[in-house]
Amino acid sequence: MQVNQEFKPKVVAFCCNWCSYAGADLAGTNRSNYPAEVKIIRVPCSCRVNPLFILRAFQRGADGVILCGCHPGDCHYTTGNYYARRRMTLLFSMLDYLGIEKERTRVEWVSAAEGAKFAATMNEFVETVAALGENKRLEDLRCKTQ
Amino acid sequence: MADYKELVLTTSGVNPLKCMRCGKCSGTCPSYDAMEYHPHQFVYMVEKGEIEKLMASKSIYTCLSCFACVERCPRDVEPAKLVEAVRLAVIRQQGQNHLKSEQIPDLIDDDLPQQAIVSAFRKYSK
Amino acid sequence: MRRIGVFVCHCGTNIAATVDVKTVAETLGKEPAVVFSTDYPYMCSEAGQNIIKDAIKEHKLEGVVVCSCSPRMHEATFRKTVAAAGLNPYMLEVANIREQCSWIHKDIAEATAKAIVLGRAAIAKVQLNAPLTAGESPVTKRALVIGGGIAGIQTALDIAEAGYPVDIVEKEPTIGGKMTQIDKTFPTLDCSSCILTPKMVECAQNENITIYSYSEVEEVTGFVGNFSVKIRRKARYVDEDKCTGCGACTEKCPVKNVPDAYNLGLSNRHAAYIPFAQAIPNVAVLDAEHCIKLTKGKCGLCSKVCSAGAIDYEQKETIVEQQYGAIVAATGYNPINIDGYDEFAYSQSKDVLTSLEFERILKADGPTEGHLQRLSDGKQPKTIVFVQCVGSRESGSTHGCGKEYCSKICCMYTAKHAILCREKYPDTDVYVFYIDVRTPGKNYDEFYRRAVEQYGVHYIKGMVGKVAPQADSTLDVQASDLIANEQLHVKADMVVLAAAIEADKTARPLATMLTASMDTNDFFTEAHAKLRPVESPTAGVFLSGVCQGPKDIPETVAQAGAAASKVIGLLAKDKLTGNPCVAHSNELKCNGCSSCANVCPYGAITYEEKDFSRRRDGSMIRRVTSVNEAVCQGCGACTVACPSGAMDLKGFATSQIMAEVDAICK
Repeated sequence: MQVNQEFKPKVVAFCCNWCSYAGADLAGTNRSNYPAEVKIIRVPCSCRVNPLFILRAFQRGADGVILCGCHPGDCHYTTGNYYARRRMTLLFSMLDYLGIEKERTRVEWVSAAEGAKFAATMNEFVETVAALGENKRLEDLRCKTQ
Repeated sequence: MADYKELVLTTSGVNPLKCMRCGKCSGTCPSYDAMEYHPHQFVYMVEKGEIEKLMASKSIYTCLSCFACVERCPRDVEPAKLVEAVRLAVIRQQGQNHLKSEQIPDLIDDDLPQQAIVSAFRKYSK
Repeated sequence: MRRIGVFVCHCGTNIAATVDVKTVAETLGKEPAVVFSTDYPYMCSEAGQNIIKDAIKEHKLEGVVVCSCSPRMHEATFRKTVAAAGLNPYMLEVANIREQCSWIHKDIAEATAKAIVLGRAAIAKVQLNAPLTAGESPVTKRALVIGGGIAGIQTALDIAEAGYPVDIVEKEPTIGGKMTQIDKTFPTLDCSSCILTPKMVECAQNENITIYSYSEVEEVTGFVGNFSVKIRRKARYVDEDKCTGCGACTEKCPVKNVPDAYNLGLSNRHAAYIPFAQAIPNVAVLDAEHCIKLTKGKCGLCSKVCSAGAIDYEQKETIVEQQYGAIVAATGYNPINIDGYDEFAYSQSKDVLTSLEFERILKADGPTEGHLQRLSDGKQPKTIVFVQCVGSRESGSTHGCGKEYCSKICCMYTAKHAILCREKYPDTDVYVFYIDVRTPGKNYDEFYRRAVEQYGVHYIKGMVGKVAPQADSTLDVQASDLIANEQLHVKADMVVLAAAIEADKTARPLATMLTASMDTNDFFTEAHAKLRPVESPTAGVFLSGVCQGPKDIPETVAQAGAAASKVIGLLAKDKLTGNPCVAHSNELKCNGCSSCANVCPYGAITYEEKDFSRRRDGSMIRRVTSVNEAVCQGCGACTVACPSGAMDLKGFATSQIMAEVDAICK
């Protein structure tokens, strides 16, 4: 397990602009800590996240992808997070089938007030992904740059 | 014997948590005065797990199974099905010989179909 | 490749303490497209912004990346800066290296490395940014209010007061709605008509208000600021301009046995009628279904007695087309049909009433002229039983017409009825069977307590199970008293059922016309349950009154005013500037499958037949999607639903997000 402690997983977090991105900002304002391996991409709504983005991330060497959106019923666009939830349920089970463990993907609802939850989620998620080790399933070695 | 609640819930298929305690079942029950525990109490007592009290009570036999409570319950709780489930719980108790074989000759009656005796024997002696 | 400038902010020590800003600026400066890179203590300051402006001009920058605080904080600031230097404001990206980097990490090397990655992602994205211009659309300065009850009246009055013309469409021959039928209002017991009719008159007199009574909305097209609405004016066979409301026609009309809707069918009216004395407009209507002249071609008495010559048997329904900037739905409610509740003997006995029918009995212009009487024999009831929650809080399948929600107003109006009975007729025994008494509201619980303590109303916790009409014309009410744990029998003379209320039947087709969303109970959905309670998710459509959910009169009036202020805010603008980050489709890829239109929560997507004919290939007409940029809010749901990849979102294009992913995973 020596390897895993050294291993720093790459984690891509998609955050919706209205709830989760603001929640991530709040985590910063509160000076909560979470690993630097998490890089956030801002999207208008969780429903903007095309399954392709997640496949792309894994292809390019990401070890975990997390999608954060508003809580069900609180979506700025009324129903966007429901679409996201359905799409990701399908995608994640397909990824699982392909050998990308379910623990590497996650959908989490984080409101603009839940800075602490955002940080806690990221800490836990990175830990889980780190324990799984490097993701080699979808990685396209041609994309690897030295 | 705490499993009686589980048994009653499974055999009846009733979710007592749906009850909003309006009392319409007891308001509509034609056999209300003959019962020690009334329909709304049945639901509440099942929820609390007090099945033995209900099993020991005559209320389960004074229920007419008219299903008025089921018909009129605004939350689809179906109290009569709970009563029936408690009755079944009594019947299914192991080792409770309500009908012994030696009692049968005295019970035989020309008007009584034999099949009734056979099925009663099956049901009430374990 | 675009010429990019990178500007790294120290934010005092907020960023600089944990991120080595010099290294970030230097490293990003070596990125292929970056032609200029610098750092500065406060980028958002005047001096900092000038650095950006100067660099844009000096280095002919085509894209700008600012590494600073959250874009939620200063994106707008920097957009203005960029625009001031002559660049399109959307050629800017902000890398969030404060909230999402310096503030959460302690290790300088780690934080610096992350800041560089975030900067790279922003550079990769800005490479693919397209200059965007927010669309502008004009605003028609006229509002439409659908429904003329207290909600619609209040909204219309408030909008008119602000100086904007507003039209009320009411399907009945008069405005006023349910409140006209009510006797007194809780918790003050003031007379409903006395507070409502002055408002109705004000509507008629206000120059900014046009009332389309006996009319319905037929078709709605357009979008926020630019709705076009067709209103169907039903034929009332009376010239509204000529009729003086004298009532001569109604007196002479020989048809006298039409159930009077104003009295909920408890009494009859003539075929020529004015709904009630204070009707606005005070104009007669001929009931086409029952009028002898209109059904059989004979009679014509009303025309003979009308001194104004207002009767017009030839009148046809007309369609009025009008443009509006904003639409307010105020369609209101109705009590549910309780015929399915056999146990309460509603259809068997005339003395079992709904609460609204009981209102009519209490009110001076009702079937009993305000005297508390049984409709069966005209006797004064000595014992009255009120039953709460009839059809409310039901799981639905029991009677088929029950509602899962609490109708909210019944506890209070029942307390009011009980008080009114005991006050006027102290020798009456009043029982209220309740499940819970719900009285949140100013002076509401005090009111209910007064019913119990001061007026001696018997409140019994338990539900009525059965009402049986007896041979002696009384009603046997069988109920449970849960606190005493006994079953009661009350010998009652009258039973009043607090029937649940439901959204008006016209609400659902209207919502379809407006592309406004509804919940499963046919109440309009609000744009945000907490923060935008009077707006529909569809831009330019607002909600007033019970059409959004059960509420009493004070709440309705408050919401009506709030909806009006939202409308005024919209109409006060000359032009609407849209969000330029909207969906758009590549027509050459679109196959017209409707997947995008199905997921759009705003109805912003329509289809058109477009001619793609080329001389070489011959004629080709294809069905392709078209996004209304004024309506699209830019959520992006459609972009993912599109199977052919035709749909994309400006500002958050698939290629841009992919570029960010690539930069981060590199």
